[in-house]
Amino acid sequence: MEVFFQQVTNGLAVGGIYALIALGYTMVYGVLRLINFAHGDLFTMGGYLGLTLLTSFALTGRLGPLLGIIVLAIMVMGLVAIAGAALERAAYRPLRESPRLSAVVSALGASIFLQNAIMLIYGAKMMVYPQDILPKVAINLFGLYIPLVRIIILSASVIMMAGLYAFIQKTKVGAAIRAAAIDQGAARLMGINVDQVIMIVFLVGPGLGGVAGLMVGLLYGQVNFTMGWVYGLKAFTAAILGGIGNIPGAMVGGILLGLIEALGAAYISIAWKDAIAFLVLILILIIRPTGLLGERVAEKV
Amino acid sequence: MTTGKRIAFCIAALLVMAAPPLFLNAYWVDVLNSVGLYAILGLSLNLIVGSAGLFNLGHAAFYAIGAYTAAILNTTFHIPILWLLPLCAVTAGLFALVVARPIIHLRGDYLCIVTIGVGEIVRIALINNVFGLTGGANGIFGISRPTLFGHAIRKPDEFYWLIWSFAAITIFLFHRLENSRFGRALNYIRDDEVAAEGCGVNTAHYKLAAFIVGAAWAGMAGDIYAAKMTIIAPESFSFWESVLMFTLIILGGSGSIPGVLLGAFLIIGLPEVFREFANARMLIFGAAMVVMMIFRTQGILPARPRRYATPPDPSCKAEAEA
Repeated sequence: MEVFFQQVTNGLAVGGIYALIALGYTMVYGVLRLINFAHGDLFTMGGYLGLTLLTSFALTGRLGPLLGIIVLAIMVMGLVAIAGAALERAAYRPLRESPRLSAVVSALGASIFLQNAIMLIYGAKMMVYPQDILPKVAINLFGLYIPLVRIIILSASVIMMAGLYAFIQKTKVGAAIRAAAIDQGAARLMGINVDQVIMIVFLVGPGLGGVAGLMVGLLYGQVNFTMGWVYGLKAFTAAILGGIGNIPGAMVGGILLGLIEALGAAYISIAWKDAIAFLVLILILIIRPTGLLGERVAEKV
Repeated sequence: MTTGKRIAFCIAALLVMAAPPLFLNAYWVDVLNSVGLYAILGLSLNLIVGSAGLFNLGHAAFYAIGAYTAAILNTTFHIPILWLLPLCAVTAGLFALVVARPIIHLRGDYLCIVTIGVGEIVRIALINNVFGLTGGANGIFGISRPTLFGHAIRKPDEFYWLIWSFAAITIFLFHRLENSRFGRALNYIRDDEVAAEGCGVNTAHYKLAAFIVGAAWAGMAGDIYAAKMTIIAPESFSFWESVLMFTLIILGGSGSIPGVLLGAFLIIGLPEVFREFANARMLIFGAAMVVMMIFRTQGILPARPRRYATPPDPSCKAEAEA
């Protein structure tokens, strides 16, 4: 049982990360019907920027671990959000009216560009996070020792998801995003500036993805320039699992995928860990293409 | 083009393609061999992506199935590797049938992501030494050299002839396929699936057939790859390979055979030319993909719209004679 619960907490922490990345995919897909292949690389960028800011400003040393990490996360979020908006402006906006295939290729190109830009700036070797950021303690919860970092990650992702949910559901901008996702043309007729909505989506999604990159750095203590592709694909799986275009769906899908993967790795085989996620993806698409929470019926054609 | 001109053009093209080994060194001939291999793969994927409009970003899986079929049978039973060509096509085609059958109805992006998943599962299965056959992460080595009419093919020059002859056959056959009833049906499905179905085209059947034919052809390319390298490993069949094949089609001109050939030259050949910029070339490559899509969405050499000569109107002729 010890193993089971350890894997569950581990799965929840990783699942929280998947969910944060998945939100970026699902929001972009909801509004633009585009798989933003470069999203995974924005996530990597978050991991690397976090490391740079951490080592150059010594934030955790000056502000204490908790406050330091919060400030760090906000800085990473801001920077990656700006990168995301710039990406939209450069690579996606000119293709708004083009066939879907071209947008997919442009997204792949942007992904290759970002990945290689990160490699050229930071080098091809993996980078190690300083080990002394968070106190290495495990917290005793009902007789179960859970590393502090997992608890911080899970609670931070839950807080951010709750914040996003409130933003989408309660604010005027959130309503505009929902409207643009349902019908862009009609939203435009209602006086919504759809270009601005898309810009906001590309600020919020990559912002959350960037924080997820920082979290991976904190959880595993290292980042490498190719990690965006695996995490990106898994997060996309999570988004489909929950129902793409559906924001609570991405949250549920992410957590669920994290759990499935952690338990699969523990009880089936660790070597097949990555394959399990893709198998789940294929099964979901065959059995229930709209995802678990997908209410929007997939368009015919 | 008239038939005479067309034959002249084909002969000229064959002569031009036959020339390189005469004056290029082994390195550049080898680069051209890679170009030829990717041209074959690109043409096979073009049937799926270009003609039928199905997003397939997992083509490397079929390529891998072909290469591993050839490698396993060649190393265990010592069957000459070129004899295995049809068998590689069959295994890759069957695999495509099994995986594509349940997902063929999926819409654009969904299909794209599932094919990525299939590609990754195949690669992970190969790394994990599935059924104890694939040799794990090290792959399979000691694949014998191909022999043709009792002559062993070893040098890049000799592979050049083998690969480009196969490419020529591929070009000819896919050109015929494009202008057949089958090719027209695929184009119809790509342009308007509902209308195609309304006109009695069995869309699921044709889409599946396109997938299987494309996969089978990639399987044969895998056999040639195994013969050329004599050692294969899962890393040669990563997602990146699928992206390369996909990109060369879109860049060259989706659905157009000359476009795909040009795409293979650009995507495989140009990075070799710009080797001095070693590290930055992929950066430029990525940026070029984005710029290309913005300014020339349809690719460099897009497919020309089909033209059909209208039968002469008998009433016009009668008037002219009168």
